Amino acid sequence: MTPSLLDVEHLTMRFGGLFAVNDLSFTAGNGEITAVIGPNGAGKTTLFNCITGFYKPQEGRIALNHPDGRMALERLDDHAIARRAGVARTFQNIRLFPRMSVLENLIVAQHTRLMRASMFSLAGLLGLRRYRRAEAAAVERARHWLDRTALTRFADDEAGSLPYGHQRRLEIARAMCTEPRLLCLDEPAAGLNPRESAELNRLLLDIRADEGIGLLLIEHDMSVVMGISDRVVVLDYGKKIAEGTPAEVRGDPAVIRAYLGEPDEAETG
Amino acid sequence: MPAALRDSLLAGLVAAALALPMLGVRLVDSATGLSLAGRFDLVAWAAGLVFGGRLLLRLIPPLPAMPVLPAGFGNLRPAAGWAMAAFAVLLPFLPFADRNVVDKATLVLIYIMLGWGLNIVVGLAGLLDLGFVAFYAVGAYSYALLSQSFGLSFWVCLPLAGVLSASFGLLLGFPVLRLRGDYIAIVTMGLGEIVRVILQNWQELTGGPNGISGIERPSLFGLSFKAVPPEGQRSFAEFFGLDYSGDHRVIFLYFLILILALATNLFTLRIRRLPVGRAWEALREDEIACRSLGINPTTVKLSAFGIGAMFAGFAGSFFATRQGFISPESFTFMESAVILAIVVLGGMGSQIGIVLAALLLVGLPEWFRELQQYRMLAFGGAMVLIMLWKPAGLLSHREPTIRLDGQP
Ligand SMILES: Nc1ncnc2c1ncn2[C@@H]1O[C@H](COP(=O)(O)OP(=O)(O)OP(=O)(O)O)[C@@H](O)[C@H]1O
Ligand SMILES: [Mg+2]
Repeated sequence: MTPSLLDVEHLTMRFGGLFAVNDLSFTAGNGEITAVIGPNGAGKTTLFNCITGFYKPQEGRIALNHPDGRMALERLDDHAIARRAGVARTFQNIRLFPRMSVLENLIVAQHTRLMRASMFSLAGLLGLRRYRRAEAAAVERARHWLDRTALTRFADDEAGSLPYGHQRRLEIARAMCTEPRLLCLDEPAAGLNPRESAELNRLLLDIRADEGIGLLLIEHDMSVVMGISDRVVVLDYGKKIAEGTPAEVRGDPAVIRAYLGEPDEAETG
Repeated sequence: MPAALRDSLLAGLVAAALALPMLGVRLVDSATGLSLAGRFDLVAWAAGLVFGGRLLLRLIPPLPAMPVLPAGFGNLRPAAGWAMAAFAVLLPFLPFADRNVVDKATLVLIYIMLGWGLNIVVGLAGLLDLGFVAFYAVGAYSYALLSQSFGLSFWVCLPLAGVLSASFGLLLGFPVLRLRGDYIAIVTMGLGEIVRVILQNWQELTGGPNGISGIERPSLFGLSFKAVPPEGQRSFAEFFGLDYSGDHRVIFLYFLILILALATNLFTLRIRRLPVGRAWEALREDEIACRSLGINPTTVKLSAFGIGAMFAGFAGSFFATRQGFISPESFTFMESAVILAIVVLGGMGSQIGIVLAALLLVGLPEWFRELQQYRMLAFGGAMVLIMLWKPAGLLSHREPTIRLDGQP
């Protein structure tokens, strides 16, 4: 078994009286795709928001095993989680910088590195070589991800003008430009046609293979989940109701019940 | 057709309701004391005009769209910028440029510089700042007080005023960090007014409503522009063997603000291509996405506020040294509104757009000073028209700050 990358322990996130995530524990491995599935409102996005620091959970711990040491994500600010722990994410309803160009979106993603290289932009203001080299490197990294997401010919277009499927890919490319250790994808296949969806699967498998990072994937499309994930965590009403390999989870009666609805009392008998 | 009529009637009614308290009654000073008199003819005129105008607007087909700029205009832009800069440099030497013209051009340049400064906050970082004039005021008072209390020269005070304004920007930036959109506008507007009220009431320091007068005029490398230079200084005219003329100072001030404004512009053009500048624009586009990429919105917002304020501070110092007299009256909310209008009208982020908007909103009204109170009416009318024609501002096209193959 690969060493774990993310340990979520007894995580609870309440909104008033609603338990969006309820005493949830699971781990995600390095070099693995861990899918989080569940019916609408199960708490998947809330879980992501806790991991990436947008929500602060009331209880529980979220630990990321980083080469620099174990990091308690629940204590870090959202931007520090992205910067220091190397957790990148995409959003269920795409959040690009729509009026900036595709390439600019990818350069902004490398802000931290560029700020350091430019001594908080001072070196850039003075036009020092040091900054120009860093920027050239950033462009090369952007070009790499543009190529891999087949967006190179749109590089100078406004991000907001891209078709929907392209925007989804751009968001993934942007997240990858931060060079994350953990990539969290919130329904990346939503709204894609079958061909785009198949391309996405290939992209995610490639990322897993080439970058060796952990992927956390929220997905509704079962063919995607079954096709590419190594492990599956099933949520319902904020609770984990099943966990295991795709094959194990598929046959789990609790999962079938959650997805197909409760059968009549009489039938359960 | 009946819809148009109904709509126009409604507009007329609203106009009548508005005009009734504003135009319809008048205080009359009579022997028996004050009494009210009606001026209902004016109300009728207002309602009638609005009704007619509205009907006309509804019946006339929509205005043809503004001619679209040719696609190659993006590449023409730097050329247009250089041409404008060259014209600005030559202006004082052109035959029609008398003292009056140069003086008005100086005023327009102040607003261009303020517009470029505010553009960093509003156009790039997307923080709707309605209290920008506060930093302008801090710059002006910093210079006036530093020069009067410590006898420092303009050239020493200028950077100091910039630093003070920038610190002030950071300070005022804090309360608005957690706010979004419209709330930022309201809070900055309040903060701007607070600064003005403090200036007005802190008699001992600022002289209160009387302001500060006799502010030191700048010199050029120690050459004075006074008719009789102070002890130990030579005058500009004497040094260059010219006859003394008040025009020299006017032209000198013009070049001073031109240099300050161009420096602001160069700084902005440059920083837009640097990580800080791109982070500003990214923040304007989507703050949550910024956070998810490891960008700390606090530092990004504060840097925008601080740097924008710094340029306002420079402009304020210049204003103080040009006028020789400042008072809180120069720093009312109206000023903030005009500067913001310049930025919005210019096209939120477009440097050349801001120049055009400043010419339109500050230059034109200066020219038509004879029209007196109708100036503001024309000002408002022009703004409404432009916003109808070009809702995104005069020049709203945005060039990417970097291209995949080669720099832009
Ligand atoms: N900020 C919030 N305030 C209050 N309630 C919230 C908030 N965010 C989420 N919720 C609630 O938490 C529950 C879980 O929502 P969540 O968005 O995590 O579901 P999800 O599993 O992502 O669903 P979907 O598949 O529809 O995206 C829902 O009942 C939702 O209404
Ligand atoms: Mg969701």
